Amino acid sequence: MKIIVTVKQVPDTSGRIAVNPDGTLNRASMQTIINPDDLNAIEAALDLKDELGCKVVAITMGPPPAEGMLRELMAMGVDESILVSGREFSGSDTYATSQILAAAIDTYGIDEDDIIMSGRQAIDGDTAQVGPQMAEKLGLPQVSYAGEIKKEGNTLTIKRMLEDGYMTLRVKTPCLVTCIKELNTPRFMNVWDILHTYEKPLKVMDYEALKDHPLMDKSTIGLQGSPTNILTSFTPPLKGAGRILEGSGKETTDELAGILSDKHII
Amino acid sequence: MAYDSRDIASFKNVWVFCEQRQGKMMPTSYELLSEGRKLANELNVDLCGILLGDDIEELAKDLGKYGADKVYVYDSPFLKNYTTEGYTKIICEAVQEFKPEIMIFGASNIGRDLAPRCAARLHTGLCADCTHLDIDMPNYKDFLREASTLTEERISGLGVIRLFGEDHDINMDMKMTRPAFGGNLMASIVCPRFRPSMATVRPGVMKKVVLETPHACEIIHPDFVLTEGDFDTEVLEVVKAARKMVDLIGADYIVSVGRGISKDIEGGIKLAEELADVLGGVVGSSRAVVDAGWLPADHQVGQTGKTVHPKVYVALGISGAIQHQAGMKDSGTIIAVNKNETAPIFEIADYGIVGDLFKVTPLLIDSIKKIKEEK
Repeated sequence: MKIIVTVKQVPDTSGRIAVNPDGTLNRASMQTIINPDDLNAIEAALDLKDELGCKVVAITMGPPPAEGMLRELMAMGVDESILVSGREFSGSDTYATSQILAAAIDTYGIDEDDIIMSGRQAIDGDTAQVGPQMAEKLGLPQVSYAGEIKKEGNTLTIKRMLEDGYMTLRVKTPCLVTCIKELNTPRFMNVWDILHTYEKPLKVMDYEALKDHPLMDKSTIGLQGSPTNILTSFTPPLKGAGRILEGSGKETTDELAGILSDKHII
Repeated sequence: MAYDSRDIASFKNVWVFCEQRQGKMMPTSYELLSEGRKLANELNVDLCGILLGDDIEELAKDLGKYGADKVYVYDSPFLKNYTTEGYTKIICEAVQEFKPEIMIFGASNIGRDLAPRCAARLHTGLCADCTHLDIDMPNYKDFLREASTLTEERISGLGVIRLFGEDHDINMDMKMTRPAFGGNLMASIVCPRFRPSMATVRPGVMKKVVLETPHACEIIHPDFVLTEGDFDTEVLEVVKAARKMVDLIGADYIVSVGRGISKDIEGGIKLAEELADVLGGVVGSSRAVVDAGWLPADHQVGQTGKTVHPKVYVALGISGAIQHQAGMKDSGTIIAVNKNETAPIFEIADYGIVGDLFKVTPLLIDSIKKIKEEK
């Protein structure tokens, strides 16, 4: 049994964002982090590994420096990593990305009792689409928004969280599960795995390695294989600068209440 | 004729996935029908709902009020509860049979599970979590003039998109606008080479419009087959949350607390509740507060929480990280109270008070009470 976890390196949106004059993101000036929800997926996988002794494999699609993220994950206890990287893959939207990742996962191999795990969504695009789209391309059942996962034999019992409650589902492996942050608290790296992370296998899959897979076709990957195209990207106009009111005492709060009342806001 | 998502000319009409849970329509479905009506008018085509469930005929009859011309109803005990595989099968078969050119879903947990699976099976494009949709090019350009910093030259030049040596006229394509990177960037997406053009739309963003004269809405029951073999998952139970979830999306007034309450967590939350009571609103929070376990997750405003558009948003002790701003910066009036005058929240606040929230909030409560009594 193994668990394959899809992960993504993303710009950190908890700080300030740098935007180029042309409205594109200035990625070079921003810190990258492991997508937060993906860490919950990694933790869920490592949790099952602790319980059942299975293998955990992290897979990402990205440029070569994404290796650093994979080494970090292996320092947390992930056993193996796959870096899917190639210029043929660039410009992919979620459809094309899921096609490539599905081909890579299928090439690596999926067995009867395996699980694929993903974070709910990545904080750069916030689409939450790649998980379900990969599941479709792999022909596997999916359970998204997992808030609790239990495994018994080949059966998973999962709480799928909804806005107004939850649903408990039973599904057989192999299947794909997307994880939310309420599922767990990701662990830190540990000394033993930090020392061994560079000994753990890291496989690079490029276009050559995947091109014979039935899902791979120039017309379904990269920019050309992406059904959606960006028409424009833009920054919203800055709001007119607000007012910092003088002081912080009773006169100030009275003044504020007065303004809100005059403007019929309260 | 075989189904081919590239055969653009064979697709027609605007479809809305009308999501119901336990026989109750989700309010977003009405918002989407109203928005869909606008799109259908611009294209001069029919607006159709697609409704799946068990014993849901009554719900279908209501949809003419929101502008639907037709409702495709798929009624079966197999569809009582949402399952990815059951709903995907029905929707994909319906799209293949009736060929809508546009299909929109609410960006609920269910819509965001279902729509990508359908788009992948149908080989078409999907744009997630849209906040604005347009067909009509002049309207779209007016929207950009208001909502973007693009130059007039860039805006007026839009109309054709060149892809792989071929020009695609996107004047009658759906322009799907959505925030990215926590709302610091907006992107308009098109799907020029495939149909249907699919989008999920953020709940609470589109306006529900109840028509004075409901449309004569035709209810259609297409043939379909579902068997036990179509399902890989078994729904063991559906549980409504015991605690009433806070309705941030529907609230006109929100008072949110952040890390600034750390020196007296209970006291800070109590102050926020009091201020919310005086305003007639509810309590929200930053991510830090939820991560620390001080408030349950349904209170969280921000990129990974809820996106809200209240009349007034009060941020108490919230620094205003990008991911928080993503969820609240379109509020009508933003009021910030923070000890740190360099906190980013002051950059987007309409009114700011630099001070200790534990001192300022009780004063503000008094001032608002007094003004309200005078009225």
